[in-house]
Amino acid sequence: MEIKKEAMCGTLESNDLLVKVAPRAGLEIVISSEVLRQFGARIREVVEETLKHMDVSQGQVVIEDKGALDCAIRARVQGAVLRGCECEELDWRIL
Amino acid sequence: MKKPRRSMLFIPGSNAAMLSTAFVYRPDSILFDLEDAVALREKDSARLLVFHALQLPVYKEMEIVVRINPLDSPFGLKDLEAAVRGGAAIIRLPKTERASDMLDLEREVGRIERECGREPGSTRLMAAIESASGIVNALAIATASPRMDSIALAGFDYVVDMQTQRGDGIELFYARCAVLHAARAARIDAFDVVFSDVNDDEGFLKEVQLIKRLGFNGKSLINPRQIELLHTAFEPTEEEVLKAERIVEAAEKAEREGLGVVSLNGRMVDAPVVRNARRILQLAGSPPART
Repeated sequence: MEIKKEAMCGTLESNDLLVKVAPRAGLEIVISSEVLRQFGARIREVVEETLKHMDVSQGQVVIEDKGALDCAIRARVQGAVLRGCECEELDWRIL
Repeated sequence: MKKPRRSMLFIPGSNAAMLSTAFVYRPDSILFDLEDAVALREKDSARLLVFHALQLPVYKEMEIVVRINPLDSPFGLKDLEAAVRGGAAIIRLPKTERASDMLDLEREVGRIERECGREPGSTRLMAAIESASGIVNALAIATASPRMDSIALAGFDYVVDMQTQRGDGIELFYARCAVLHAARAARIDAFDVVFSDVNDDEGFLKEVQLIKRLGFNGKSLINPRQIELLHTAFEPTEEEVLKAERIVEAAEKAEREGLGVVSLNGRMVDAPVVRNARRILQLAGSPPART
């Protein structure tokens, strides 16, 4: 999938995260989190795995995490990417 | 025997924190709401949140209901894809007016189950009735499909449709009775309306006593604080439990001895009385809610 425009998904409430995506050559993932020291590696792993499933290899992905569970991270990354790709129809197999 | 279904806690599908933690309140079932609780611009993100929240192991052990948007809205079918593929036990259809609404839902659920490899028939259906038409057609709705699990009354839209407003409950009297009779005739469960003033415990308990006496299985809830109040109100009295224990003991004794007729203190006990006694003991043994 190709990120065509800037988009965001999520909130900065506790147990949630805000994901911003933008078009960019190459893939850049920036993560800030209140629990970066304990869970930073895991957050990155979930983000990378989610992007890989969606076949996203280019773009900037900025994560502001507020202690979200993996399920919320997946949902918010997917939401931001789908909005950034201007994707109306969803292929559930990539989720 | 089925588990009690006294409390169905509504959780907004767009709220990541509540979706992640709702299980701690231990309601009998949790409803992830994709309809009224979700703003139009967050319908897409809520759908994804609910799909992934359904994957949490703790929710695999609970009864999770997903309320989708109506199928004739731009969101309904997409919500349904997320809910069925995510593994929701029950789909709640809002604004059900007639049996064909449930048949349309049944057809789409069957298609999605086939496409995603989910066991055919494993997704159950709940109709929410919110209008005079829905009430008039309640029995046809309740018996529309073998997937029918339950029928729920939704009060706010209903009283608007009836050109009245919420009050002491008299405005819902016919609707409650109609929904309940349809559910019992169809052998499915019935859920009462939300009580929206979460600070009015007295009013809430008065309503709970009424719907318990009418025979509802339980109630839709919008605040976890109401769970303990509801469960406590549904608990049988000590006297009811003792009587139920005696009836069940007599039934088990008759079964051991191969007797076709159950008798207690020289009086015959009918099968429905035994079933009711078992239901009372099950309610008495249900774990208390945590607040």
